[in-house]
Amino acid sequence: MNMMSEAAVEKALDQKMSEVSYKMIGKDVSVYYGEKRALFDVNLNVRENTVTALIGPSGCGKSTFLRTLNRMNDTIENCRVTGKITLDTDDIYDANIDVVELRARVGMVFQKPNPFPKSIYENISYGPRIHGLARNKADMDQIVEASLQRAGLWTEVKDRLHESGTGLSGGQQQRLCIARAVAVSPEVILMDEPCSALDPIATAKVEELIHELRANYTIVIVTHSMQQAARVSQRTAMFHLGNLVEENDTDKMFTNPDDQRTQDYIMGRFG
Amino acid sequence: MTDVVSPVAGISKPKAARRDIGIKRRYAAERRFRAYGIAALAFGIIFLMVLLWSVVSKGYTAFQQTMITMPVEFSQQVIDPQNERAANPQKLMTANYPIVARNALAKVLGVGADDRVGLRSVGQMLSDGVRVQLRDMVVANPAIIGTTQTVTLLASGDIDSAFKGQIDLNVAQENRKVNDQQIKWMTQLADSGALAKHFNGGIFVNGASSRPEAAGVGVALIGSFYMMLIVLVLALPIGVAASIYLEEFAPKNRFTDLIEVNINNLAAVPSIVYGLLGLAVFVNFMGMPRSASFVGGLVLTLMTLPTIIIATRAALKAVPPSIRAAALGLGASKMQAIFHHVLPLAMPGILTGTIIGLAHALGETAPLLLIGMVAFVANYPTTPLDPSTALPVQIYMWANEAERAFVERTSGAIIILLLFLILMNVGAILLRRRFERRW
Repeated sequence: MNMMSEAAVEKALDQKMSEVSYKMIGKDVSVYYGEKRALFDVNLNVRENTVTALIGPSGCGKSTFLRTLNRMNDTIENCRVTGKITLDTDDIYDANIDVVELRARVGMVFQKPNPFPKSIYENISYGPRIHGLARNKADMDQIVEASLQRAGLWTEVKDRLHESGTGLSGGQQQRLCIARAVAVSPEVILMDEPCSALDPIATAKVEELIHELRANYTIVIVTHSMQQAARVSQRTAMFHLGNLVEENDTDKMFTNPDDQRTQDYIMGRFG
Repeated sequence: MTDVVSPVAGISKPKAARRDIGIKRRYAAERRFRAYGIAALAFGIIFLMVLLWSVVSKGYTAFQQTMITMPVEFSQQVIDPQNERAANPQKLMTANYPIVARNALAKVLGVGADDRVGLRSVGQMLSDGVRVQLRDMVVANPAIIGTTQTVTLLASGDIDSAFKGQIDLNVAQENRKVNDQQIKWMTQLADSGALAKHFNGGIFVNGASSRPEAAGVGVALIGSFYMMLIVLVLALPIGVAASIYLEEFAPKNRFTDLIEVNINNLAAVPSIVYGLLGLAVFVNFMGMPRSASFVGGLVLTLMTLPTIIIATRAALKAVPPSIRAAALGLGASKMQAIFHHVLPLAMPGILTGTIIGLAHALGETAPLLLIGMVAFVANYPTTPLDPSTALPVQIYMWANEAERAFVERTSGAIIILLLFLILMNVGAILLRRRFERRW
């Protein structure tokens, strides 16, 4: 990993110079679950203030790749990651990087809405509290309001901040989870099929929200819905059997992909 | 059923018939299963009812005690004939108070001072416990010597049993504990209102006594209380900490598997083995005192730990992993995720497991017998290191006593124990309701 680090940094600098700014750079990322290899030398860069969609059939490794980006794979026993991933210029698998700090910078929204069984206010304030982002109650109130506003939930819940977060509807819960992720001021937000448990109306709201969040955050989203990938993302990466097949502008990907497998998957021939 | 039109109607009909038979059979099976369930439940309830009825019907009388109210002359002649109590206060402690009480009762019954046999019978009607009762009165206020006071005194256990109708009067006089003369006096006193049943507060506060009428579970209650406290203070933190480590931090390998198997085994080890362990390690090797509730508490802690660990691990496992992921995804450390989110959600399960473990420990007898808590302890233990007994051991000891009056006390003590168990289990349910959250 160290041998590659200089080359990777150089490459990162190169790419920065060519106008595109990369927020995260994955270089030869491989993931093993015990003996089983789930990702094969994936090279994928995530552009800043861009929504990058990861698509591909089930079990193709897209969620695995997503979880390497904030080291959520650490929680899985027997999981081993090789290669190099940088956030700005920091190697996130470096021994000096604190995983707690990393996850504050790279937030995550999960497939199933998972609010804490606590009040809406406590759901949002938990992250800022453990990271010491608020000096007093007024600060915290402000963070909570701003986060809920960013997630487009403020008007719906402002009168019941102290009611349980689990009492909200599915779509509201997912937006609460997004607000919770936003509250710790991350730079990158990872979303693992955030709409798969939601109805179409709630999905539309979350997609709209993703669109707005792009201005301030870099977003990586895993989705099974081609339409969703086409709607929300600017860049799309296609995974198949643990390999990155193709990464391209979303428009190009859905009209004229370079790889035949992408074409087949998008046309619905497999997956 | 099918779209295909069969040219012969007879072909499709048997098919439909077979389906009908299958459905009927399934419904029958379900009804049968429900009937089994209801039968099993009814069986259990009937046995519970029989148990409760048997205990309560035998035991409720233990909460009443026959007492005799009469004027007692605190005669200087008997208590302090030489008038030396000013010089020797010990005199008041050792005075012959039973004679004072006997003379008082003899006077009420009109038995002459020269009727020695009669006086003996009269004396047998009163509990030996009157010695303590009258002594305490005199020591508290020596001025009552020479006066006559109306005092309510404990009747003897035999009179108590006879008055409650527990002694068969058809048995020949020589073979029963109360003679006809005493029965006559008893009826006479009862008619005049002097002899009556009062609420028996003594059973809750008195210590051990060989006289059933003066025996109580006071010492046992304190001993059991100390032990529960020790079990709670030791087993809950140790058990919860061990479970959290095993469930959340420990790597899953052969060694932790072995530990898990052993914990499950320990939960099934007969409690008497824990008693032997406690005797060998705590009493013999470490030199801790015998009969002490502290040692009892340690032994019961060992016994309760597996129960608490198993319950806590199950409760931790039941917390959805998405909650952990949410906390970790926000940048909480593993410790924070567990203590802020997982543990509060597992709390109802942990508390229920702990209280069930405690209730189990409260009713445990065998290990306490081995560490010497089966002892005659009349004085309250001031610290957990003093000798004491425990409720179930008290029941065991009373069950071995010969006097008729101990039978009702045994059942009475069982009622007290059951009340505490019910209280604890109601507490478990309330705590569970209080902490339970849905997600």
